[in-house]
Amino acid sequence: MRIAVCIKQVPDTEARLRLRKDGRWVDEEDLPFVINESDEYALEEALTLAEKTGGEVVVLSLGPARVKEALRKALALGAQRAVHLQDEAFEGGDAPATARALHAALSRESFDLVLTGSQSDDNGYGATASVLAGLLGWPHAWLVMGVELEEGGASLKVVREMESGMNEIVRIATPAVIEVQAGINHPRYASLKGIMQAKRKPQEVLTAADLGLDPAVVGAAGSRLEVVSVAFPSTGAGAQMIEGDAATAARVLVEKLRNEARVL
Amino acid sequence: MSRFSGVDFLELDPLLTEEERLVRDTVRTFVDDRVMPIIEECHREARFPLELVSEMGALNLFGATIDEYGLPGLSNVAYGLTMQELERCDSGIRSFVSVQSALVMYPIYAFGSQEQKDRWIPALGSGKAIGCFGLTEPDFGSNPGGMLTTARRDGDGWVLNGSKQWITNGTLADIAVVWAQTDEGVRGFLVEKGTPGFTSSDQHGKFSLRASVTSELGFQDCRIPADAILPKTTGLKNALMCLNQARYGIAWGALGSAMETYTTALDYAKQRIQFGGQPIACHQLVQEKLVWMVSEITKGQLLVLQMGRLKDADRLRHYQISLGKRNNVWVARECAKLAREILGANGIVDDYPVIRHMLNIESVYTYEGTHDIHGLVIGEHITGIPAYNPPERTVKAPRKVLEDAR
Ligand SMILES: Cc1cc2nc3c(=O)[nH]c(=O)nc-3n(C[C@H](O)[C@H](O)[C@H](O)COP(=O)(O)OP(=O)(O)OC[C@H]3O[C@@H](n4cnc5c(N)ncnc54)[C@H](O)[C@@H]3O)c2cc1C
Repeated sequence: MRIAVCIKQVPDTEARLRLRKDGRWVDEEDLPFVINESDEYALEEALTLAEKTGGEVVVLSLGPARVKEALRKALALGAQRAVHLQDEAFEGGDAPATARALHAALSRESFDLVLTGSQSDDNGYGATASVLAGLLGWPHAWLVMGVELEEGGASLKVVREMESGMNEIVRIATPAVIEVQAGINHPRYASLKGIMQAKRKPQEVLTAADLGLDPAVVGAAGSRLEVVSVAFPSTGAGAQMIEGDAATAARVLVEKLRNEARVL
Repeated sequence: MSRFSGVDFLELDPLLTEEERLVRDTVRTFVDDRVMPIIEECHREARFPLELVSEMGALNLFGATIDEYGLPGLSNVAYGLTMQELERCDSGIRSFVSVQSALVMYPIYAFGSQEQKDRWIPALGSGKAIGCFGLTEPDFGSNPGGMLTTARRDGDGWVLNGSKQWITNGTLADIAVVWAQTDEGVRGFLVEKGTPGFTSSDQHGKFSLRASVTSELGFQDCRIPADAILPKTTGLKNALMCLNQARYGIAWGALGSAMETYTTALDYAKQRIQFGGQPIACHQLVQEKLVWMVSEITKGQLLVLQMGRLKDADRLRHYQISLGKRNNVWVARECAKLAREILGANGIVDDYPVIRHMLNIESVYTYEGTHDIHGLVIGEHITGIPAYNPPERTVKAPRKVLEDAR
C-alpha cells in the first residue's frame, strides 16, 4: 500500500504568540514550530498501515524552509521519502489554493491512500484535505477515529465521530482521503537510529514551476479568502469575579447560573 | 504535564545541528511523558524503573555513539544532549544509561573480542541485558590503582578473588565488567550473573541516587573461562578510558539537573507571593540567585559544547574532561542549593524536584572522580606536578606532630 501523508507545520500550541506588525498573522520570528498534532496521528496511522501491508509512506508538506525540520522528523519516525512544496508562490494560500498545490504533487505518482489530520492547530479551517479529495475525485472521511484494512486494502472500514457523541462506521473504497483526529493511536518516538538515518532518505523540493502550476492559482494569489486581521479576544469583558468564601461564592454562582445564564 | 522548553540564554541552539536538536527533543519528550510522572515515586520507594529499560533500548539510548550493530552512531554532542535530558529528570536514570553505555558497552566494544562484541553489544543495546562496572573497592576509591581484587590464571581460565563496592546496577546486571590485578597488570573481565563464586547484594540506606541500584560485588574463588578476559585491556588506563567516556556524559548531565532546579526556582519565584502582594522574584536577593544560576548554566553549556566538538574531532583530552565534570557538577550542586533556598519549605518536600536533585548531586559530585580529584588532574596538567600522592617528606612533619600529641 502506498500512502501519502500531508503534514503541516504550525506554531507550538504552548508558545506565547505575538501579532505580526500588519496584524494579519502572528509574528513568526523566534516562534517554535511543531508538526500539527492531528497530523502526527495521521503519520502514525500511516506507518502502522504500511507496516501491516509492507507499503511505503511518503510525507508531504507545503511551507517555507523551516518545514524541512518537520519533514526530517517524519523521516526519523519512519516515512521513506519526503516531498517539500517550497515556493514563495505557495505562501498565504487558503484551503483550495493549498489543496491545488498538494494535488499537483500527489498526482505525479499513484497512491492508494492520503492521510492527513482533521484540522490544523493554527488556521483550523479543517477543509484542505476535503478539497484535496474533491480534486482527486476520491471519497474521503473526516474526523476519523479508527481505520481498518479490508479486502487486502481495496477498502477501509473507518470509524468516524459524529456530533452528539455517536460513532459512524463507513466503508470506503480506496484510493481515498482519510482525515484523522488527534488521539486515535499512540504516536511512536523516533529512535535515535531513525533520526540518524533520516538525513540519508530522499527529500525532494518542488516549486510551482516544477509542478507545472500557474502561480496565479496557488498561494495568496490563488485564494478567494483573505485574512483581514487576527486578534486576541478581548479579555475581561463578560467575566465576573465572585468574591467571598467558598460557601458564599458557590451560592452566588448558583444564583447567577440560574437567573442570569439560565443554564440550571 | 507541561513540557520543558530548555534553557537557552545565549542563543546557543543554532550551534546545534538539526539532528542534534531532534535527538534532544525526542529524548526530552520521552522523559517528560514516561519518566517524569513516576520519578518521585521511584525515589521514595528507592527503586529503579526497570519497566522502562526496553523502551529506552528501543529509543537507542544505550550505546548511542556506537555506529555498528544497528546502533545510531550519534555525535558526541547529540549523546551529551541525551545525558542532559535524562539527568534533567534524575541523576539515577542518567547513571543507569551512563553505566550501560560508557562503562559496559564502550569497554566491550573497544577492548572486547569479536565474539564478546557480537554477543553483548546487541543485547545491551536493546536493554535485553543490563551491565555494571566494578572498579571501586571498599578500600580503594579515588585510588583504584591500589585495588586488591585479583585474577589468577588457572588452567585454561581465571580465578577471581576480592570485592567491589558502590557498583551501580550491580544486582540488576547480567554481565559485570570487573577490573582486577593480574601478573600482567590491571585487566578487565566479563563476569556473568550466576557464575559460581560471584555474589552481589544491594547497598541500603542511601539518601542519594535512590532511583538507582547501588551494590556490592563479591568474588570468592570465582572461576571464569579464558575468554572472559577483555583481550585488549593492558592496564588501569583502560578502566580510566571508560571513566573518561562516562565523565564526559556527566558534564552534560549535570547541566540537565541544574536546568531543572533553576527553572523550578524561577517559576516558583514568579508565583510565590510574600510581603505586599508581590512575588518573591521582585526581591534583589532572589533575583541574584536566579541570575547566578542562569549565568553558570550558560557558561557550562559553552563548556560542554566545545568539549563535544573536540571529542568529535578526537581531540578531547582527559584534563579537559576533568574541567567539564568538575565545573558542571559543582554548578548543578550550587543551583540545587540556591533553588532549595528559593522554594523555602517547599524546597524540602518531594512535591518539587529540587530536594531530590540536591541529594542526587552529592553522588555525582563524588563518583567518577571526586570534585577535588579532578582539581588535581587539572593541577597536574598545568603545573606538571602530580599532587595525589604527596612524597613522604611533606607528610613527615604532621605525622610527628600527631605522634607528639599522642
Ligand atoms: C551512588 C554511587 C554510585 C557509584 N557507582 C560506581 C560504579 O558503578 N562503579 C564503580 O567502580 N564505582 C562506583 N562508585 C564509586 C565512586 O567512584 C567512588 O565513591 C569515588 O571514586 C570516590 O571514592 P571513595 O568513595 O572511596 O572516596 P575516597 O577516595 O576515600 O575519598 C574521600 C575524600 O577524600 C578526598 N581525597 C582522596 N584522595 C585525595 C587526594 N589525593 N587529594 C585530595 N583529596 C583526596 C576525596 O576527594 C574525597 O573528598 C559509585 C559511588 C556512588 C556514591
